[in-house]
Amino acid sequence: MALTNEFIKSRLTEKFGPSITGMEEPYGMLSVTVPRDLNLKVLNFLFDEPELGFRFLTDLTAVHYPERTGEELCVVYHLHNLVENIRIRLKVYAPVEKPDVYTATGLFSGANWMERETYDFFGINFVGHPNLKRILNVDEMDYFPLRKEFPLEDQTRIDKDDDMFGR
Amino acid sequence: MSRPVRFNIKEKDKNDWGINTVEMPDGHMGEGFFATSLDKVVGLARKNSIWPLPFATSCCGIEFMATMGSHYDLGRFGSERVGFSPRQCDLLMVMGTIAKKMGPIVKQVYLQMAEPRWVIAVGACASSGGIFDTYSVLQGIDQVVPVDVYVPGCPPRPEAIIDGILRIQDLVHNESLRRRNGDQYKGLLESYGIQ
Repeated sequence: MALTNEFIKSRLTEKFGPSITGMEEPYGMLSVTVPRDLNLKVLNFLFDEPELGFRFLTDLTAVHYPERTGEELCVVYHLHNLVENIRIRLKVYAPVEKPDVYTATGLFSGANWMERETYDFFGINFVGHPNLKRILNVDEMDYFPLRKEFPLEDQTRIDKDDDMFGR
Repeated sequence: MSRPVRFNIKEKDKNDWGINTVEMPDGHMGEGFFATSLDKVVGLARKNSIWPLPFATSCCGIEFMATMGSHYDLGRFGSERVGFSPRQCDLLMVMGTIAKKMGPIVKQVYLQMAEPRWVIAVGACASSGGIFDTYSVLQGIDQVVPVDVYVPGCPPRPEAIIDGILRIQDLVHNESLRRRNGDQYKGLLESYGIQ
């Protein structure tokens, strides 16, 4: 039996009920929103169920929506069922004041560096991560550069003036 | 039938030995002796035997490879011996974008080089950060090491890199032997936190 988005949706609603929201299928890829405290339960469910079998974490990143009060930061998981070649996208929203999300490193070892990267650029605090420190940027950096309130340009420099460089 | 490609068809000039020589410095010459100042001899020797250390991180490094190749042939200027150990080299050539995380490595390579040492920043990125005016890129390597010559361009053509090398040669040629012990030079290094 081929795995379909309808079947995944029905299994998710059957197991978690109304707490799974925001189901949509942009470009045929199922995308669901999961409450912050349930993210590990949903990931485990998708991993362990024999009919679902989402056992590969393709990507883990975040998006910053400054205009959404109370859910500014969105952590995005992309999972892949390698047998059926079906993908699913999970979104977990967190407030920017206290962006605590449970770590997925217990389930996927590959999540370790991805969560460090997400912490590095967005400041998501992955609760329970074994080594949550910066991975790509310099250790001295004191802000999270991909949050929208920080300009892209290097603010520490003094030699380029704004007229010449269009800043 | 004659061969389509023929070699060695030109008669060689018996007086041309095919060796590049440099101009003799000013001095006093008589039968069996030549006297000049040590500065000039040392400068001449250093100038024509610079060992470059390529620190190539992106497209400027590709241009440098063309510069080293047979078409542009940096070897004509006495710099064909590219060293990959900083301890043997005289000229640090930084070519390409240096991320902030790479900055300490550039500085460490510079510290490992023995005096006298020169630095050339090839391309817009190494000179000023170039188009990468962003949080992760070092805005010019002169923030971590002193630079002698900047080569503009994105990337610079091999001719521009050769021009930069020639300017380095001018600096090497005319440098006073006391410069590296002077207070000004020590102050420069101290401003970069180097003793």
